[in-house]
Amino acid sequence: MNIEGRDLTIGYPDRTVGRGLNVALSTGEVLALLGPNGGGKTTLLKTLLGLLKPRAGEVRLGDKPLENYSIRERARVIAYVPQVHISTFAFSVETVVLMGRTAHGSLFSRPSVQDRVVAQAALERFGIAPLANRPYTMISGGERQLVLLARALAQEPQFIVLDEPTASLDFGNQGKVMSEIRALAESGHGVLFTTHDPNHALRAADRAYLLRDGTRITDGPVATVLNREQLEVLYHATVERLTDPDSGAVAFLPGSSRPPAKS
Amino acid sequence: MTRSALPGFAIATAVLIAGLFFAFTVGRYPVSLSDLLNVLLAKATGRTADVPAAIQSVVLQVRGPRVLAAALVGAALAVAGTAFQGLFRNPLVSPDILGASSGAALGAVIGIFFSLGVLAIQGLAFVGGLLAVAAVYTIGSAVRSRDPILVLVLTGVVVGALLGAAVGLVKYLADPYNQLPAMTFWLLGSLAAANVSDLLPLFGPVALGTAVLIALRWRMNVMSLPEEEARSLGVATGPLRIAIVAAATLTTSASVATAGIIGWVGLVVPHLSRSLVGPDFARLLPAAAILGGGYLLVIDTLARTAAEVEIPLGILTAVVGTPFFIWLLASMQRTWS
Repeated sequence: MNIEGRDLTIGYPDRTVGRGLNVALSTGEVLALLGPNGGGKTTLLKTLLGLLKPRAGEVRLGDKPLENYSIRERARVIAYVPQVHISTFAFSVETVVLMGRTAHGSLFSRPSVQDRVVAQAALERFGIAPLANRPYTMISGGERQLVLLARALAQEPQFIVLDEPTASLDFGNQGKVMSEIRALAESGHGVLFTTHDPNHALRAADRAYLLRDGTRITDGPVATVLNREQLEVLYHATVERLTDPDSGAVAFLPGSSRPPAKS
Repeated sequence: MTRSALPGFAIATAVLIAGLFFAFTVGRYPVSLSDLLNVLLAKATGRTADVPAAIQSVVLQVRGPRVLAAALVGAALAVAGTAFQGLFRNPLVSPDILGASSGAALGAVIGIFFSLGVLAIQGLAFVGGLLAVAAVYTIGSAVRSRDPILVLVLTGVVVGALLGAAVGLVKYLADPYNQLPAMTFWLLGSLAAANVSDLLPLFGPVALGTAVLIALRWRMNVMSLPEEEARSLGVATGPLRIAIVAAATLTTSASVATAGIIGWVGLVVPHLSRSLVGPDFARLLPAAAILGGGYLLVIDTLARTAAEVEIPLGILTAVVGTPFFIWLLASMQRTWS
């Protein structure tokens, strides 16, 4: 199955954010959306999720237009992991994960025994089962990110879309979330995430889509599109490329290690 | 489950039972506990009680309807407050702040002005409450802002002020000898006039609204998340929001039509209930109903016994509610975004 945005014009009633965008994501692969702030990453994400109508063009899910799906049907195929937030009410971690089961129940139903089994499995997969009874408001940012991932998994979707999953995490948790994203693709999910860090795309993604000012700079396999030249075009900044002599792994650093030349 | 909700429910139920005993036994004509039980038991089994007729009349005719009305009104306001706080993701909103109470008050005052019957006053109160919340919501979402909840609450305050002015106009036009004192006393909140014929028009809408909210309990949990998140979890937020607002406004307006404006119950009781049983609406709604009933019973009994004359309920609830709100404002600042 795949999600496909065809010739999309994205934006809001009073403001067009981007034009001529073609994006596709298949199950089993990870796509990273990169670009500077205000370039349209989040708008594109919301359009592909069906939370925002495209101004022109079409989003297709499988063999049907996305808008032909009901909200409930959609939630059983695509899960959304928003940026980590503080919730207003102190729901338990288990309740938050169980909310992922909502689309599998009817209007008046509560989570069933089966729903609890699925939620428990999702909690265990991310190693947060011991937190099940803790209030969501009282755990750390990294733990919250894992709880939201577990909730997405509990939806039993084919696609998981994450908005800056590493934004508020410390270094160690960033690595953890990257490897969980990789593992989700190995288990057959299609994953789309936005990030500010090209290195996260290198670590976790198969392909990258580079977006600036609402237009596509380039897209393709990370090994080919994530290079110094493209990143300098994307961010309008100097970028330095580093290579680990042992593993050959590549990383990018913003800025330059040479002091600015004196005039 | 976070923890067992049983102790929380036990406390709420204890408050309700204590409130019932307090309301039945205390007053100008004290009734002993054994007489009370005797009368109630006799009424339940259909035999005649061996207590003086005066006591029977105090328990059944004088205090009975008022006790039931107080419990129902307290439950209704608490349930509506719980629903509004969840829906607007803000622990500071309540039926009074969103204009539901003032809209219902205007509807009811117009009903009194034209000397209409109980059902017509109920109907006008419901329509007034619904129109007020709809207006607040429409204006609030039309104003683009970074903080839509704040805009909503401020809109509620502004619309409430306008409705208050309209209520003032009706009072100004009312007959100063017959209608005006009734309106004034009623607007401050009072159960003094509650009688048997008020109970059914109060019970019907309160039971209906509460049943709808309890049926939607799990969806209400999800609705307390940010809108886009709730939709991505499969909840059609638009229609559901209308259903929840209508149900909460129905219970609010029924209680306003019976007892006038009793502020703060819908703010204070949901909080106390949340601290007893947690935020899951499946437990929160019943707990708030039970605790709200007990709370208003205690307040109403104080209202009729604390001084030589009856103290309007709205004044007593405000005396409790205002410091509570300030405390909440000071302590919640860090946890709501």
